Amino acid sequence: MRKTVHKVIWGWDFDKEEAWLNDMAAKGLSLISVGLFRYDFEETDPGEYQIALELLEHTPNHPETEQYFRFLEETGVEQIGTVFRWAYYRRKTVDGPFEVFSDKESRMKHLIRILWLIALVAGGNFYAGVYNLWLFHLWHNPISLLGIISFVLCALCCWGIWKLWKKIKALKEEGQIYE
Amino acid sequence: MMETALTEAVYYILLSLLTPMHGYGIMQNAETLSGGRVRLAAGTLYGALSTLVAKGWIENVPDGGEAGRQKKYRITRLGREVLEGEWNRLGELYENGRMLLKGEDRTI
Repeated sequence: MRKTVHKVIWGWDFDKEEAWLNDMAAKGLSLISVGLFRYDFEETDPGEYQIALELLEHTPNHPETEQYFRFLEETGVEQIGTVFRWAYYRRKTVDGPFEVFSDKESRMKHLIRILWLIALVAGGNFYAGVYNLWLFHLWHNPISLLGIISFVLCALCCWGIWKLWKKIKALKEEGQIYE
Repeated sequence: MMETALTEAVYYILLSLLTPMHGYGIMQNAETLSGGRVRLAAGTLYGALSTLVAKGWIENVPDGGEAGRQKKYRITRLGREVLEGEWNRLGELYENGRMLLKGEDRTI
């Protein structure tokens, strides 16, 4: 039996998303396919799978990514699907604890990759907002006021950047003591 | 020749690759050698392997023309030098720890 859940989770909360998907898997609902804010689950034995997600370095159909996915497959990782550059994986729990990254350095690199992506989206929205307000100033067409939405999205992204930055800083401080 | 410490992941990768093996083999080897303590996650391992190939510390073993097969890696001469340097550094840490912690020789 399948079950679909619609849920809005932002990129900077990917660790919460991962924890939620693992809770579902522990209850016997394993992620089987993904879409934008959409999660499809299949029934499995409770705790049969563990879930992890990652923001890829390249686009999902880039040759580098294909090579990377093949490497993951060799280690027992099943690729569930991708949404933009986000990839969702699962692996059987019998193969041991499942994580994509196992040291601070690679975790930090991943966080910085997410931070840059969100910064790019924030910048794009800021530009769109300014451009629309300028158009409103020129033509007084109320539709240009929709540019305010861009500012809201930009502010949301800035909030995300701040949250990610805190995570990166915490890792950095820990890194001064432990590898 | 070494400026800083290697990460545990890199140390175990280099150590494993004294015998040519593929990625999954390295993961298993590191876990066995460390008695289950060191688990290299696939993403971390993949990134480290690419970096080490770029630095010339390890290299791909040319396969027998089998397309799509798993890539095998082996350590290079330079990689071996780095590994030995690190081994010496770890030996120094261990030795100083033994000396002061276990009080076998308090005169420095």
